[in-house]
Parts: sequence; C-alpha cells; structure tokens
Amino acid sequence: METPLTRNIAPGKPPTDMGAYEQNGGYQGLRRAMAELSPGDCLQLVQDSNLRGRGGAGFPTGMKWSFVPMEKATPGHKYLICNADEMEPGTFKDRLLMERDPHQLIEGMILAAYTIQADIAYVFIRAEYHTAAARLRQAIADCYAKGYLGENILGSGYRLDMLVHSSAGRYICGEETALISALEGKRANPRAKPPFPQVSGLWGRPTIVNNVETLCNITHIIERGADWFKSLGVGEDAGTKLFGVSGRVKNPGCWELPMGTPIRDIIEGCAGGMEDGYQLRGFLPGGGSTDFLVAQHLDLAMDYNVIGKAGSRMGTGTMIILDDRTCPVGMVKNLMDFFARESCGFCTPCRDGLPWTSQILDDIENGRGCSEDLASLENNIGFIGAMGNTHCALAPGAMEPLQSALKYFREDFERHLSADRCPYGEAN
Amino acid sequence: MNPELINTLSEQELTAIDAELAHVPCKSAAAIDALKIVQEYRGWVSDDSLHAIARHLEMSADELEGIATFYNLVFRRPVGEQVILLCNSVSCWIKGCDKLQRTISRQLGIEMGETTTDKRYTLLPVSCLGDCDHAPAMMIGKTLHHDLTPESIVRLLAGD
Repeated sequence: METPLTRNIAPGKPPTDMGAYEQNGGYQGLRRAMAELSPGDCLQLVQDSNLRGRGGAGFPTGMKWSFVPMEKATPGHKYLICNADEMEPGTFKDRLLMERDPHQLIEGMILAAYTIQADIAYVFIRAEYHTAAARLRQAIADCYAKGYLGENILGSGYRLDMLVHSSAGRYICGEETALISALEGKRANPRAKPPFPQVSGLWGRPTIVNNVETLCNITHIIERGADWFKSLGVGEDAGTKLFGVSGRVKNPGCWELPMGTPIRDIIEGCAGGMEDGYQLRGFLPGGGSTDFLVAQHLDLAMDYNVIGKAGSRMGTGTMIILDDRTCPVGMVKNLMDFFARESCGFCTPCRDGLPWTSQILDDIENGRGCSEDLASLENNIGFIGAMGNTHCALAPGAMEPLQSALKYFREDFERHLSADRCPYGEAN
Repeated sequence: MNPELINTLSEQELTAIDAELAHVPCKSAAAIDALKIVQEYRGWVSDDSLHAIARHLEMSADELEGIATFYNLVFRRPVGEQVILLCNSVSCWIKGCDKLQRTISRQLGIEMGETTTDKRYTLLPVSCLGDCDHAPAMMIGKTLHHDLTPESIVRLLAGD
C-alpha cells in the first residue's frame, strides 16, 4: 500500500528539511512541470485525477481551478491561498502535514499556483500553530534560496512569491470567503456567492483557496500522474486520505489510508477498537459538523458519496467516537456551544438561533427540559439547517450532529426529560 | 480621547508593522498583523495602543475596534504573563476537559476569562487545537501540552 502523503513522516522521525525532502525525491514534480508541462497540462492532470477537496466539502479540485479566468489580457494579481486554519472540532491532520513535511505542501502550492498562473501565494495558518508556521517560513526561505520561489523559477520564466499569514483566531476563518475577508484585514464575515472567489476573491482578483491536504496531493499527482493517483483508492474516490480517530478508542491517531477504506478497518483496525469497558454508540465521520453514524454503518467505505448516501458527510475524515458512557445530549450540547461561540454574528438565524438551540440543549441536559423542547429543536433544525436561510454553511453544519442525534439517540433525549439531571453524570 | 494623549508606537513596533505594509495594497489590510505585533510587545491592546495603530494605518479607531474585538486572540483587556488556552471542543470534552477546567480554577483561583491576582495566568477557552489523538490538550503561552490529567496540570502549573 502506497502512502505518498506521509512518506517522509513517521513517529520519531525528525521534520523533513530541504535536504531530506530532495533526497527522497522531492521537487521532482516541480522540475517536471517547469520543464515540460504547461499550466493547461497541469490542470488536465488534476482534473483527470478526480482529486476532491480534503477540507471537508469534497468539491472536485480540478473543476474549482477551471473557473479561474486564464486570459493573459487581464492585468493584475491572481492568488493561491492554502487554507491552514484547521479548527474543525476533532480534526488533526493538517498540523501533522505542515509540521513534519512542510516542503510537500509548498511544492503542491507552487504547482497549484503555476496551474492557475497566480503570482502570489499565501498560507493562511491559525495563530496557535506556532511550530508549523515557523517550519513553513524556514522552508519558504530555503525555496527562495534554491530558486523554487521568486523570479524565473527553475528557468521557466514563471514568478511566484509566497507568504505565511498567521491568523488571530475564530473558526469562521476556515470558510473560504471569510478567510479572504480576514486576509484583507477585516472582520472574518463570509461573503455572498456569486461572485465566486475563483473570479473575484482576494482584493477582487481571481483566487483559489485549497486545504493543506488537498495541496499536498497536487505534488504527487503532477509527479506521478492521474492514473497512478486514481489507482490508490480502493473504492469510488481517488487517492489516499489522512483518516483519524479520537475518543475512547485504544489507539487514537491519524493514518494515511486508501480512499474507500471501510470505516471498521479504521476504528477497529488502526485505532484498535474501543477502550476496555466502553462500547461504541456512534461516531461523527468527519469532524464536528457532520451527522452521526452508528454501528450499522461500520462496513461502509470512506468515500464522499457513500457517506453522503448514509446521511452524513465524510468531511475532514477524522472521526469522533461516541461511547456508551458519554451522554449524547451532552456531546451535542458541547458542539452547539462551540458553533454558537464561533458564529460570526452576521446573520440572525446563526447569531441568535445557535445560542437559542444551545440553551434548549442545556435545559434538557440539566434536567430542566420539557416535552415541547424536542419540538423546538426539530423546528430550529428545519429553519436553521436549511441551506439558504443563513449566510454561510456554519449554522447548517451545526445542525447536523443534532438532527442525527435526535434520530439515533432519541431515547436519551426522552430519558433526560423525565430526570432531574443528566442520567450519565459528567463526562470523565 | 484627546489626540495629544494618544501613545505612539515604538520603533520596533513600527518597523514590524511597516514590513507587513510592504505586502498589502492598502494600509488597513495590515490591521490584524499590526494588532498582533503590538500585542506581542505589550501583552494586550489598550485603548491608547488601538488609537496609535489606527492613526498609523489611516483608519478610524472605531473600524479597528470592530476588527480587534472580532478575533478571540486579540486581547482588548490586560492578560497575565501566560495565557492558558484550554481546548473545550468535542474530543477534549469527551476526555474530560471540564474536570481539567475545575482543576485549573481551583489551583489558580480563576474562572474562564479571568486573570490571577499575581498577573501570572489568564485562562481562556480555545477551539480544537488539532491534537485530538492526545486529548485533552491545552496551550500555555506558545507551548502545547497534551494527554493531560488533573494531576499533570497541577504539576505543570506549580512547576514553571
């Protein structure tokens, strides 16, 4: 089984610097592209590879790039932005990629920028990732010294500058149009689409925003081709993916596995199954804003459409396990508190609807709930969860774990209504 | 506020802010960077600091205030020498971050959002720190600590 994304990453292995990266075949994709591939050739490779965005939405990367206007006549900048604002609850993959192999990301970014003919690239990284930001800055400096960044990259005539922008907090910055607002020095309010960033993004110029893991894949697709990349998946989707498991399992962690790997292999194989004394009740398959799945879904493949058909989303591919000693109502309340806190406050259904929903959950969790509360929750899910009622996807995402918890763990909500406190006691 | 009373920015702060200005098409675009730079030197962003930054970036103080108060890691109130960022997102919650919060509160005598009377620590919540396989996690200053237990937290806070 090939693991291109983590080929330079192993427990105990030091972070990969320029020397180690090149020794292990690094920057061969960049050399190949600069010597023999046009931007159009690169776009074709990425489109043919069927790579889908690894940040959560799963949008086809090649299609996203194809919307960037390529006419030479339009003067002015074009931008490539790496979304390194990893903050989705339960997600811990991009930090690993940046800290341990920063050049893999940078090579992917140069190739992506070349494809859309961007002249400026940013890594938008969350403030708390100090180590990752420092290693990226060092790696970028090394690239300038080697001629992989700056004027006339490897004699190709192509010029690219790259900067690291360290953010100042707030989950909403991970939404691509909010990220652009933040990069312009403003409040991180998302923007209405259209116009899409590909046409009018940073400073009104064509802009592509891609997740860290997505861009790391570009490095390998350009070097080794679309057919090779497609052959890595064992299901419908192409490539490999960093999958993770957190919660009460024996061996929580993050592993690179083929797309389409069965969930059971990840939870029971890689993660070693549940800790002694704990049973699996359910899991969020891809971060805090995805619907719960339960034991009956364990044999499904981690592919975007398969998980979608089961009523959830693959999201970031990092699963959060709900065990039988953790209260489902408490877990949903924790998530709702998070999304209420992180709302940007721009639109009313999100700014007021999420704290309201949180309050209802708090009442139920603490034995103050009444039977009408469940109807209120359903009502809020219908109103806030419907795309189009809110300015962006944050609030609908917040409703996903709640709506599926009401479906799979309804008896828990009802038990709370007839109790004067949470029947589970406190999370341990 | 009387303009004569507004503090000015230090040489180092100005140099760092002007380095950011080289990359942006208009001065206000460096607002967040400038706030972070000043906070790095002064620990927090006072009203005086805010006015000085706004003046340097040729923006209104109100506009800059709107930006400063949006971002949770720009501090508009004084904080302790060390800021404790305790993750209370879902994976850390499952692994008992509420218990850790009570341990910290008991040991330092502060609740979430408060600063110790000796000005050493401020306790704040933070979004998922991306270390969920080693939950529960928190940061003290710029250092990440994980696989925490109430006992290890007591040692951490007593030791440094």
